[in-house]
Amino acid sequence: MAGLILEARGLDVLLEDYQVLWGAHVDVGEGEIVALLGPNGAGKSTLMNTISGLLRPRGGEVVFAGRSIAGLRAHRIVREGVSHVLERRRLFPYLTVRQNVLLGAYNPAARAGRDEQLRRVTELFPLIESRANQLAHTLSGGEQQMVAIARGLMARPRLLMIDEPFLGLAPRIVDQIVGVMARINADGVAILFIEQNVERALGIAHRGFVLESGRTVLEGRAADIVRSPEIRKVFLGG
Amino acid sequence: MGFVYALVAAGLSLIFGLMELVNFAHGEFLMIAMYVAFFGWSLGGIDPVLGAPLGAVALAALGWATYHGVIRHILSGPMLAQIFATFGLAVFLRNMAHFVWGVDFRTVQDPWLSGRVSLGGVFVGLPQISASVAAFGAFLALYLFLSRTETGLALTATAQDRQAASLMGIDTERMFALGWAIGGACVGVAGALVAMFFYIYPDVGGTFALLAYVTVALGGFGNVPGTLAAGVVVGLVEALAGLLIPPAFKYSVVFLLYLAVVLWRPQGLFGRF
Repeated sequence: MAGLILEARGLDVLLEDYQVLWGAHVDVGEGEIVALLGPNGAGKSTLMNTISGLLRPRGGEVVFAGRSIAGLRAHRIVREGVSHVLERRRLFPYLTVRQNVLLGAYNPAARAGRDEQLRRVTELFPLIESRANQLAHTLSGGEQQMVAIARGLMARPRLLMIDEPFLGLAPRIVDQIVGVMARINADGVAILFIEQNVERALGIAHRGFVLESGRTVLEGRAADIVRSPEIRKVFLGG
Repeated sequence: MGFVYALVAAGLSLIFGLMELVNFAHGEFLMIAMYVAFFGWSLGGIDPVLGAPLGAVALAALGWATYHGVIRHILSGPMLAQIFATFGLAVFLRNMAHFVWGVDFRTVQDPWLSGRVSLGGVFVGLPQISASVAAFGAFLALYLFLSRTETGLALTATAQDRQAASLMGIDTERMFALGWAIGGACVGVAGALVAMFFYIYPDVGGTFALLAYVTVALGGFGNVPGTLAAGVVVGLVEALAGLLIPPAFKYSVVFLLYLAVVLWRPQGLFGRF
C-alpha cells in the first residue's frame, strides 16, 4: 500500500456539551476505498463532519496529504482536496441540477479546471446533462444521490467522502452507484464512505473501521473484519 | 409605491432567507437612508434621484458593519437574543436620530422631478412614478445578480443549505456579510427614492417597516421574486383602498388582507415552507 492520504487520530468531539467521539481514529491510503462502519449513534457522521471541517475537534489531529487540517473551516478544507457528500444528499433544492454541479467547483482550486472536470463527471453521470435544467428537489432519491456525488467530484478531490451513499435507494440504483464508486476509485481518487450494512460495505471496500460509542473498536482488511467474531458483538450486542 | 415596498422588503427577505433572522432594525435603516438622501441634498446639493447610489453605498456599509459588529456574535445564540439584538439596534438608531437630528419633519424642497403626469387620465406625481421605475430597476438588478452571477448563486446556495454550501468551498460568513450589505443597499436605494416625496423624521421607519414585514410575509419569507409580487399587491391594495374609503383607513385594508392570507396560507402566497 502506498502512503496514507488521510490520518485522523485521537479525535475528541463534542456536540453541544455531549461528547460524541472519544479518541476515535481512521485512516485512508492513497487510492484506497475505506468503509466506516458502526451501529446508529456510534459517531460515524460526526467523525466525517470533523474531517471536512463542519465540526471542530476538542482534541486530536487530522492530517491530510501531509498537512494538518484540524480546526480549518470547511470551505478551506475543500481546497486541500477533501470533498464531502453529506448524508441524505443535501442538494440545493431550488437550484437546477446544472447549478448544483457547477457550485461543486466553486472553490478557487477547482474552478480553473471546471469545464474539463465537468466533461469527465458527465461521462460518469450522463443525467447531469439530460436533467441539467431540472430543479434538484424534483429528482428521485437515486438521481439526487448521483447529482450529489457528481457535485462532490467537481471539487477535483483526492479524497471523496460519502456519508451513507445507499440510504433509502432501490437495489438496482445501489448497484449503479457501487459501479460508479469503483470507476471513480480507478481514476486514483481515494474514497471513505459510511454504511450500515457490513457485508455490502466490505464487499466494496479494501479496508474497514468500526466505530462503537465514539471509539474505534475494530479496523483491518475487509475480508478479516467480515470473519471476525467482534463484528457480531458490535452489531448484535452479543 | 408597490415597487418601493418590494425593494424595502427584498432586503428583509434576503437576510431572513440567508440566516433565518428577522432584522427588526430594517425600518430604521430606511430612516437613515432618507436622512442620507436629505443631507446629500441639503449639504451637497445632490438631488435624491442621484442620491440613490449614495444611499445604497452608505446603507450597504451600515449593513456590513451591523453584521460584523452585532449579528456575527449572536448567530449561535438563542432566538430571543437574536430578536433583542436587532430590536435593540432599532431602538438605538431611532433614538440616535432623535438626539442628533431632532424630531423636526424635514422635506426635500424642489426636487428635480416634481409636478404630475397624466397616465391614461389618472394623475400621478412624477416623483412617485420615477421612484417606482427606479425601484423596479433596482429590484431587477438584484434578481439578475442572484440568479445570473457566481457570487449570487453562492449566496442563494448558502440560503438553501448553509452546511452543504460551506462544503462547496463557499465562505458562508462572507456570504452573510454580503447579504447584509445587499439588504442594506436595497433599503438605501428605497430610502433615497422615498425621500423625494415623503416627510423625513426619526420615526418614519415604523410605517414602512410594518408594510415591509407584511410584504415579506405575503410573498413568502426568503423568496425574492415572491416579494416583488407581494409588494405590488400591497401597493395596489393601499392605493385602491385610499380611493374607495377614507384614506386614513387605507392601511387597515392592507393589514386585513395580510391577516386573511396568513390564516389561509401561513407560508405566504408564494412561500415554500
